[in-house]
Amino acid sequence: MRERVVLIGLFFAVLLLVGCGGPSAESGPTDKCELDNPPLFEKGVLTVATDKPAYAPWFKGSPKDYSGYEGDIASEIAERMDLPIKWTVEPFNKSYAPGAKDFDFDINEITITPKREKVVDFSDGYFDNTQGVLVMKDNPAASAKSVSDLKDFTIGAQVGTTALDFVNEKVKPTEDPKVYETTNDAKSALESGQIDVFVTDLVTTVYLRDFVIDGSTVIGQYPRNEQFGMLFEQGNPLVGCVNEVLGEMKSDGTLEELQKKHLQQYLDVPTLKR
Amino acid sequence: MLVSSASTVLFFAIIAVVVVLAPGSDVVAERFFSPSHLWQSLVGSEGEPSVLEAFLLNVKIFTISEVFILILALIIAVVRGMPGPVFFPFRLVAVAYTDLFRGVPLILVLYMIGFGVPGLGLGFISYLPDVTYGVISLVLVYSAYVAEVYRAGIESVHESQNAAARSLGLTRWQSMRFVVLPQAIRRVIPPLLNDFIGLQKDTALVSVLGSIEAARAAQIYGASEFNYASYVVAALLFVLITIPLARLTDRLIARDKRRREAGALA
Repeated sequence: MRERVVLIGLFFAVLLLVGCGGPSAESGPTDKCELDNPPLFEKGVLTVATDKPAYAPWFKGSPKDYSGYEGDIASEIAERMDLPIKWTVEPFNKSYAPGAKDFDFDINEITITPKREKVVDFSDGYFDNTQGVLVMKDNPAASAKSVSDLKDFTIGAQVGTTALDFVNEKVKPTEDPKVYETTNDAKSALESGQIDVFVTDLVTTVYLRDFVIDGSTVIGQYPRNEQFGMLFEQGNPLVGCVNEVLGEMKSDGTLEELQKKHLQQYLDVPTLKR
Repeated sequence: MLVSSASTVLFFAIIAVVVVLAPGSDVVAERFFSPSHLWQSLVGSEGEPSVLEAFLLNVKIFTISEVFILILALIIAVVRGMPGPVFFPFRLVAVAYTDLFRGVPLILVLYMIGFGVPGLGLGFISYLPDVTYGVISLVLVYSAYVAEVYRAGIESVHESQNAAARSLGLTRWQSMRFVVLPQAIRRVIPPLLNDFIGLQKDTALVSVLGSIEAARAAQIYGASEFNYASYVVAALLFVLITIPLARLTDRLIARDKRRREAGALA
């Protein structure tokens, strides 16, 4: 008797679900964005995400109110859109997860690539990135003059970075590169001699050379036509507004000023030969 | 039979319907289960590591580690059981070892050994490949757990066995080696296999030291393609090796049970 009740109950549950159907996912075309009333995650506030820890010189100061290159760019955008800014944390690995995002955009030294553009939307680029090559001064790799000189050394990179792509595509080392979870781990490996070379974005390599790792040197940079962009949920109309503001910042020289202020000292490195 | 079939069908039908009708189900299907991504991450491509190839590193790590673990843990367990006041410092070391390495999380041991030892610059021992430090860390930690498993086995062998062996003229060591240990080990094969299965999963942590194993390969693919199918592939590979071992464990437990209870009826 009880069995029959359970069975009938289950049966009706299925009918109900199939009959009603679930809510359908609407995906209309990307609407235009109005600067005076932009579509925001939380009304009246610009919610900006980045990872934790957030490294200098991209981010400086307290997490409630970041300055630094990327911190200032986001703050400037919020100011021009007449909105207060609110910072949240989004681990990089989660930034491309499906589903609604809980931020308006994510600014975290994310390189724009065609593959990634299939999954998320990017703003226009706000920084031309090049790869930097960091070695310890007393390591034989320090005398390398070109990318092909690096082939036979043990190279390390951080997971999820275009640096790793650069190593695999251009350097093509004889030994598999070592991949580390964080910049910190890669730095430990470089200092202890587990790797000879650490490749990451140029600004970070110079920062590490000047402030973190004694006895290190950046032997060169390698441009790859890469740009950092702000990451948005796919189809978010807010990209249009942000691009408009970013365009203004480029044409009136604000972006260049910010770059001079925060990054100038990090960009003066010779280019590596092929 | 009819009721159980009907109930099963309806039960899973409800779950399937709820999942499929969820508004995000298309996106999740594409982001986690897209066949092209599943295949591409499995075999690798230009610039992407192959999860399958990286998985071979996991297999290498757990195979080598398990051999050392089984031996080291047995030594610790036997040392811990050595009777007599003269052996007190040995027993103390064994107890301290199991307490320490069961207490410290594996990830911390990996960091301390994998980054700490090379940092010390102590001659050849500081210049080993990172996978070696990974194996060392796994062996140190898992030997502590497995030593306790062995100890349980040894203590479960009734003291009369040892007494009988001694009265036949065998020394303490001979009694341990020929009478107690064979019985003890046979009894704890299921929990040993259990710890082995756990070890297989923990090999993924070795990637913090730089080498690309399956979970790290999945992460690299994911960050580059912005797709999670690689994680599904890695998970499936782990499950595929676990299932035969789990069934083997079940069979051994059943056989051991049969053997032990066979005597009860006689």
